[in-house]
Amino acid sequence: MADGAARPLLDVRGLKVGLPTRRGHLPILNGVDLHVKEGEVLGVVGESGAGKSITGLAVIGLLEPPARIDGGEVWFDGARIDGLSGDALRRIRGARIGVIFQDPLTSLNPLYTIGRQLTETIRTHMDLGADAAEKRAVELLDEVGIPAAASRLGAYPHEFSGGMRQRVVIALALCAHPRLIIADEPTTALDVSIQAQIIGVLKRLCREHGTAVMLITHDMGVIAETADRVAVMYAGRVIEDGTVAEVVRNASHPYSHGLMGSIPTIGERVGRLPQIRGAMPRVGAVPEGCAFAPRCPEVRDLCRAERPVMMGGKTTSAACWQYSPRWADSAGAAGAEAVADG
Amino acid sequence: MAETPLLEIEDLAVHFRLPVPLAERAMGRKPKVLKAVDGVSFAIGKGVTLAVVGESGCGKSTVARLIAGLYRPTRGRVAIDGHDVTAARDRTRALRRRLTMIFQDPQASLNPRWRVRDIIAEPIKAFGIAGDGQETGRRVDGLLEQVGLAAADGEKYPHEFSGGQRQRISIARALASQPDLILCDEPTSALDVSVQAQILNLMRDLQDDLGLTYLFISHDLAVVNHMSDRIAVMYLGRFVEVADAAALFAAPQHPYTRLLLETIPDLGMTGRDREAVAGEVPSPIDPPGGCAFHPRCPHANERCRTERPELRTAAGSAAVACHAAEEGRLPPAPAGGAADG
Ligand SMILES: Nc1ncnc2c1ncn2[C@@H]1O[C@H](COP(=O)(O)OP(=O)(O)O)[C@@H](O)[C@H]1O
Ligand SMILES: Nc1ncnc2c1ncn2[C@@H]1O[C@H](COP(=O)(O)OP(=O)(O)O)[C@@H](O)[C@H]1O
Ligand code: SF4
Ligand code: SF4
Ligand SMILES: [Mg+2]
Ligand SMILES: [Mg+2]
Repeated sequence: MADGAARPLLDVRGLKVGLPTRRGHLPILNGVDLHVKEGEVLGVVGESGAGKSITGLAVIGLLEPPARIDGGEVWFDGARIDGLSGDALRRIRGARIGVIFQDPLTSLNPLYTIGRQLTETIRTHMDLGADAAEKRAVELLDEVGIPAAASRLGAYPHEFSGGMRQRVVIALALCAHPRLIIADEPTTALDVSIQAQIIGVLKRLCREHGTAVMLITHDMGVIAETADRVAVMYAGRVIEDGTVAEVVRNASHPYSHGLMGSIPTIGERVGRLPQIRGAMPRVGAVPEGCAFAPRCPEVRDLCRAERPVMMGGKTTSAACWQYSPRWADSAGAAGAEAVADG
Repeated sequence: MAETPLLEIEDLAVHFRLPVPLAERAMGRKPKVLKAVDGVSFAIGKGVTLAVVGESGCGKSTVARLIAGLYRPTRGRVAIDGHDVTAARDRTRALRRRLTMIFQDPQASLNPRWRVRDIIAEPIKAFGIAGDGQETGRRVDGLLEQVGLAAADGEKYPHEFSGGQRQRISIARALASQPDLILCDEPTSALDVSVQAQILNLMRDLQDDLGLTYLFISHDLAVVNHMSDRIAVMYLGRFVEVADAAALFAAPQHPYTRLLLETIPDLGMTGRDREAVAGEVPSPIDPPGGCAFHPRCPHANERCRTERPELRTAAGSAAVACHAAEEGRLPPAPAGGAADG
């Protein structure tokens, strides 16, 4: 993809993030590749510590120092945005990329009324008078499902329940009609019945407004119902990228495959859950070659020697040597070593 | 038939009196009462898993704590093997040994300054289960291996383990007193799904090997479906439906059970659309009168707003607390529940 015109809305290539520590440099992201197309919902999944949040933060320039981008590129709307100054990034954030975090209180000012926060944000991005901005604020609150919206403008964040606060945050994120919303575990702190409402609102509004979403979550169920495409992360990389149906029902990478299998569902009852041995390596202890090799039932010498890049077909690709022509030539199974569980 | 259940609770309730701020007390404001658990009953037979499921704050943990004797009930009765153990003074050591608990956060329930070996040995010593120190050591080794750790792990401290391994340690400790019943309060809610599968499989294996009985508390219906024989659905301190697991998922009766099944995100539901469910769980202080679910219920009528429904036996083995179910005016259960993909 050489020219901007052919680039997807968000294009992240080989993104590396690291953390300088007293004991040396700690790599957190080891080359993340992902993209989000116009109007699309990309689910970013993986177990805790896989690097999902750091990826989202790096994209919008909110990494907390000393963590920093060590390499790779982030393109948004045809322009490269990694390395932009704080001011330039702030302008993109809010106006063209909206952000929703797990805890709505990180996005809300406890000292200001909901109405003031909404109208101020609206007026920074749109040329509207006070009355028109207030009218727009009521419309937005209405859209995200806050009952009696007009009467709630004077309320403070603490007067809302968690679910209602997250609705307000969605309204705030939508104020400027952004092209992309990055939502990091937006429903993780909420109960299932509220979670369903919030996901429903997010999905409907983004469809209506044509907004693309990068939805970061560890909850595969949420992804299954919400995303068009899924990027699975493991040990600081994306190891599979495919349509939601393919990744959920017929994952290509042995890790994604094992992960999907290990999730109990309400559809069927099985005697034992298929389980993956061991646990994801910690940051700084990621093995050479394929990071999943110590746990993989298919592992061969090739896997330990060289790191697989993303390989595969049109709709799905996986970072796994099995999809390389070299797999057929590689020597037989080397046998997985013993790994401690959990 | 007439076999005594291992655990039976009857009309169990605890009402917490909330402190009144000084200024309001001066104005004669009475303390508010929070009915965390307000009259729940069930019986669990040996080797069975009964799950309690519901959204946070509905009273699940409080039920477990009441059974464990950590709270004194406002009313009701707890019996183990037919012996009433409700009042603290009646909790003989022998009975208490038969019941242990594991929690969501193993980090918080394992003493960080103790070696794992000592953590697991503690109940063995407290209940005088082993003859001497050597036997205690052998038992600890055996328990560590039983939960998938190595005997050598006993020398380490809790912080040296991952979350899943720490949950294994707390399971080993729970097994140390040779209990019949384990109260499991969201034992895998803090774990990643691949580790959750390991722990759920371990718990099932232990149940098969040792004939354990579980009270399994979770907010996750899919996990509950996987683990339990019978399920109690809880809402604002009361059970609204109690049924065999298969029946509950195939033909949910209570409107709240249907709501939960409708809303749970599930792997089988790619691309599903929904935004049907309205409303939030009301405050447990001054909950709605009549049926506490009526503000969110599509089938509520005048009777629902004024008269509280009791759990009544319904179809098959199920019990449901709903006027509409009793009056036969509920639409039939959504075929296959929410279970079809
Ligand atoms: N400031 C930091 N210092 C040290 N490690 C960090 C820091 N921030 C993140 N990490 C590590 O980076 C990894 C990825 O973190 P994160 O992106 O939050 O994971 P996820 O969101 O997938 O759970 C984790 O192992 C985490 O411990
Ligand atoms: N010791 C206590 N004092 C006062 N209120 C309590 C106490 N313990 C629990 N509660 C309240 O009782 C209700 C039920 O709590 P809990 O049993 O922890 O719910 P769950 O485990 O289902 O999330 C909640 O509203 C909670 O705030
Ligand atoms: S590259 Fe090898 S070790 Fe890695 S996932 Fe594929 S088969 Fe398994
Ligand atoms: S009793 Fe009435 S309000 Fe309550 S669940 Fe049944 S129909 Fe709904
Ligand atoms: Mg995260
Ligand atoms: Mg609880």
